[in-house]
Amino acid sequence: MVNEEALFFSRILTELTLSFHIIYATIGVGVPLMIMIAQWVGIKKNDEHYILLARRWTRGFVITVAVGVVTGTAIGLQLSLLWPNFMELAGNVIALPLFMETFAFFFEAIFLGIYLYTWDRFENQKKHLLLLIPVAVGASFSAIFITMVNAFMNAPQGFELVDGQLVNINPIVAMFNPAMPTKVAHVVVTAYMTAAFVLASIAAFRLLRGSNHIYHKKALSLTMKLGLIFSIAAAVIGDFSGKYLAEYQPEKLAAAEWHFDTEGKAPLILYGKLEDGEVKYAIKLPFALSVLAHSDPTAEVLGLDKFPEDEIPPLYIHYLFDTMVTIGVWMVVLSFVFWVGLKRRWRIIHTKWFRWLVVLGGPLSILAIEAGWWMAEVGRQPWVLRGLMKTADGATSSNQVDLMLVLFAGLYVILAIGTIVILSRMFRKNPVERELEDRAVEKGGDPR
Amino acid sequence: MNLEILGILVLWTFLFGYVIVASVDFGAGFFNAYSVYTGKKHILTNIIQRYLSPVWEVTNVFLVFFFVGVVGFFPKTAFYYGTILLVPASISILLLAIRGSYYAFETYGSKGHKGYAFMYGLSGLFIPASLSIVLTISEGGFVSIVDGNPVLDYWTLFSSPLTWSIFVLSLTAVLYISAVFLTWYAHKAKDKKATELMRKYALLWAFPTIVTAGGIIVELRFHNPEHYGRILDLWWMFALSFLMFIGTVYLIWNRKYYGRAFGLLAGQFALAFYAYGFSHYPYLLYPHLTIYDGFTNKAMAISLVAAFIAGLCLLIPSLYLLLRLFLFDKKYVEGKSDYHP
Repeated sequence: MVNEEALFFSRILTELTLSFHIIYATIGVGVPLMIMIAQWVGIKKNDEHYILLARRWTRGFVITVAVGVVTGTAIGLQLSLLWPNFMELAGNVIALPLFMETFAFFFEAIFLGIYLYTWDRFENQKKHLLLLIPVAVGASFSAIFITMVNAFMNAPQGFELVDGQLVNINPIVAMFNPAMPTKVAHVVVTAYMTAAFVLASIAAFRLLRGSNHIYHKKALSLTMKLGLIFSIAAAVIGDFSGKYLAEYQPEKLAAAEWHFDTEGKAPLILYGKLEDGEVKYAIKLPFALSVLAHSDPTAEVLGLDKFPEDEIPPLYIHYLFDTMVTIGVWMVVLSFVFWVGLKRRWRIIHTKWFRWLVVLGGPLSILAIEAGWWMAEVGRQPWVLRGLMKTADGATSSNQVDLMLVLFAGLYVILAIGTIVILSRMFRKNPVERELEDRAVEKGGDPR
Repeated sequence: MNLEILGILVLWTFLFGYVIVASVDFGAGFFNAYSVYTGKKHILTNIIQRYLSPVWEVTNVFLVFFFVGVVGFFPKTAFYYGTILLVPASISILLLAIRGSYYAFETYGSKGHKGYAFMYGLSGLFIPASLSIVLTISEGGFVSIVDGNPVLDYWTLFSSPLTWSIFVLSLTAVLYISAVFLTWYAHKAKDKKATELMRKYALLWAFPTIVTAGGIIVELRFHNPEHYGRILDLWWMFALSFLMFIGTVYLIWNRKYYGRAFGLLAGQFALAFYAYGFSHYPYLLYPHLTIYDGFTNKAMAISLVAAFIAGLCLLIPSLYLLLRLFLFDKKYVEGKSDYHP
């Protein structure tokens, strides 16, 4: 028996928790890699600025990790609290990556603690770099394992269903399901990309706000270059994801593309508005959907007409798809212009308005992450396990979900305000100029 | 030994790890807040912060590990406990969230905020209480099955003396474990004042802890006679545990061997914890769920155990490194090596 009210609030609460968590989680996956790279560049170039960059990033990172940990604990428990029936079934097949994720997380937590509290203990900077490797590896692997779980929900396999019973379970086959490669790669690379652009936007902001220190310029060019690499990678993997969808989850692709009728030479619809089943104001790129789906301009792409009405995801995911792709392409262009400008010594990349665009890039990338996840998740409605269990059958029977929703919404507001206040206070009170001086004094050398 | 027993042993061990590490953490937060409130902040705060800072995140993972592991090894617990625990577990999450984030905000953001210290200390006392509800529920008698779904009877739960005894035990045990540990840590840091203060707290909380622990066994006699009977079968483990308790108090009273005192305390709680666990066998939720009907399939169980062993090979050296760099590094403990977040 389905408790409609509990189902509705469970969906809202899960969406709220995840939407809030992924902001911190994405930063948590991407930033350690950036810190590690900065430390490595600092050692290679023997440049104190990059080492300091690594440390200042870490200090901000700790705050986001703290909130990421607590919201991650929340979603971890909410999975069982809000979706007990789903977890009971899925736990039989997919517990392995979930379990491994906690190990990756454990590993990261230990070494982050060590790195943070051994700031200046070792003379040799390489030892500090060695401590950062497990942090970055642990962070990326938790993303990999948890995305495997999500991929399984999109493409369940590794078991047989006989008379409602799961038999012949193979956890490894369940982990390496067809959705896994594109999903994991896209999640990890977009996390790197977002982290790079968020850090770039901080550097650009400092440059705009008066500090003309070479430190910020180094930070900006390092992060924009990394952002360029990862955003191109994200676009390429995004294309693979489209091909995956065409083959394994055609209803999601069709809904995202408003592709109503099965046909060859399918056009790709960009933007536009859906009014009474009519698409208006859209840009149509001929053949593009066939190319995206099958790398062949004439290939036939399945349309929504091939699916029963109660198995079609909501059509608003088209807007989410557009948002994600537009931002992605825009960030590739922006960072590419920056990179060429750096090589060719264009003045344009040092102008105020260009820097404002870079500042905007960080929040935009986070918005793209949100839009992408919403599209991926809403796009597999009405299923919680595609083709196996509907979302309605996985929810709790408890009557207090609405109250919990209010409580958690309050918590997230407090956490969001806390993060913003603490982070801005932390860096405003201690600008890089002062920290460089302090460090020089500590070491007994000349202030730089 | 079959896989069910192995699975529950692994999880029980991690839960024990969490109980000890988290007790030190929660109690320390409380003592810290209390010292701010009574003007003794200068004595305790340094010691507490120096210990807590590098390990707070690790503490949390023990808990995550436990609940992910339970659902992995025993997926049916997701159905039973997931459904009935929505409210109590959500409250625990909220408290954990407030505590974890406040800790980071306070340590790295604004130092010495009184309100933060207070929230931090108080939430730490409520978390063990809210988590211990699970132990109470597992004794049975609070859950009925309606339309095939488990429903928790809040009134019976809150009016049961067993609930409140376990609640009190969670509070006193946290303060006792934490005080003994911090006495040892302060002593290692050669901080005489902090050692004396923590020693006083340790002795203060020892008695209430052992009294409530004993009281619960008596209450189980009325609440769950079957469980009580199994506890009596294991009387020697509880007796050994009690002897260790005497040993800890004796050493602390005489101001010697604080390290050994903490070792005895760990032994005392380990014995009692495992004895309680064994006597609970085979039920996860009396009488609805046993470890046998809740167990996952064989293939998953084997791969979980394999992942667990591989994970331990990674974890144990890392944990050892963490302890060596902070807990057992003389310079760090004494505050001479770097400590600046």
